[in-house]
Amino acid sequence: MAWTWFHRLASPPHIYRTAGRLTPWFAWPAALLIVAGLIGGLYLAPPDYQQGDGYRIMYVHAPSAWLSLMVYTIVAVAGGIGLIWRMKVAHAVAAASAPIGASFTLATLVTGSLWGKPMWGTYWAWDPRLTSELILFFMYLGYMGLRAAFEDVQRADRISAVLAVVGLVDVPIVHYSVVWWNSLHQGPSVMYLGKPTMPPSMLVPLLVMFLGFTLFFGAVLMMRLRGEVLLRERTATWVREAIRT
Amino acid sequence: MSEDPQAPSALALARLMLTRDLKLASRKASQLVQPLAFFAIVITLFPLAVTPELAKLRHIAPGVVWAAALLSSLLALEFLFRDDAQDGTLEQYALSGRSLTGLLIAKTAAHWLLTGLPLALMAPLAGAALGIPNAALPGVLASVTIGTVTLSLIGAVGAALTLGVRRAGALLSLLTLPLEIPVLIFGARAMKLAIAARPYGAPLTLLAGLAVLGLTLAPLAVAAAVRINLE
Repeated sequence: MAWTWFHRLASPPHIYRTAGRLTPWFAWPAALLIVAGLIGGLYLAPPDYQQGDGYRIMYVHAPSAWLSLMVYTIVAVAGGIGLIWRMKVAHAVAAASAPIGASFTLATLVTGSLWGKPMWGTYWAWDPRLTSELILFFMYLGYMGLRAAFEDVQRADRISAVLAVVGLVDVPIVHYSVVWWNSLHQGPSVMYLGKPTMPPSMLVPLLVMFLGFTLFFGAVLMMRLRGEVLLRERTATWVREAIRT
Repeated sequence: MSEDPQAPSALALARLMLTRDLKLASRKASQLVQPLAFFAIVITLFPLAVTPELAKLRHIAPGVVWAAALLSSLLALEFLFRDDAQDGTLEQYALSGRSLTGLLIAKTAAHWLLTGLPLALMAPLAGAALGIPNAALPGVLASVTIGTVTLSLIGAVGAALTLGVRRAGALLSLLTLPLEIPVLIFGARAMKLAIAARPYGAPLTLLAGLAVLGLTLAPLAVAAAVRINLE
């Protein structure tokens, strides 16, 4: 049957096994791509004519920023799926994703401020993208805090899903209002990503890093999803068997 | 149910809700006064902490007034659903067969009338104390009046989400403040333009847009969260 794969998504042991089987398929390509991207970005790419070697932190910064937003979207979409179709796996995906997304957001903030020191002369400037990234970090903290506030897992799942969906509607509004706010106060900061003429020697490693980071997220998600499923099913007999082997 | 010919229409029901909440609140006036007193205290801290010079305070006045308004609205949220959840009234609403979303819109409207509007009426006073010229006070009033509508709506979402959480104060602030940042930005911007005696219609329109968007979507989230928390 064509639809059996869909019905089996409702089975925690199946999810547990599948996530375990998929992990290396994400992890190895991710490792290869990240190593290749780092070599390309840190050694092969030429220094920037304005920023020198300082721009190279974007090979970590930009993919982290991309994932910080993508993971929030995944949390909200998975939460929405869980709310609408009462799909437990979707909630487990949301629960497993949120801390990863928060980590990428933190990585974006840290690398952004490290980049800011040589470029702006200060670790922190109220740059619109960094500021909206900081707000996104608070939103992740709120989401995880709300989740942790409920002892009943199912209630935590559904309540936090409502928050994530509300947040998803609000993220673009927050982002554009912050950009608009900032454009009133200071000139645009260095558009290190918006530069239309990035030579292929710089661009290709960046794209490789984007792909590598995304696959890395997939690998971590699969591992965390296994943990999440085990935690949620800890009273089931299959878990005892799965852990023993 | 709606087949009952005696059942009040949706509008009459909303009016009933509104009068009920207003009457209940009038019996507990201290609940209404406290957020306003908090607003006044926060405003008072700034001249003491920064400088008593009105010319300098005028610069930071929009930010101070809006930050204080945000914090004060957070404080007032505690009273929005708490009593009705504790004595089972919310459960009756959910079981009444009427639209829970509609009932909660009426409840949020009452909350705005009880907390948002008084705050908006107090804002020009606070603004004047911070050195905002009289000509700019209508702008202060307008920006806080429209902005608090959105604050009440987003706040209702936060209050509904944390309905089952004991001592939700810090969590509630973490949930609602990031979502309220656009209101802060546009509200403070309108005030700043008003102080500079420039047209402030544009940020005010954006604030109104946020309020309309909030009015459209927030009640759905509030109703969903209340339902989940009542299960």
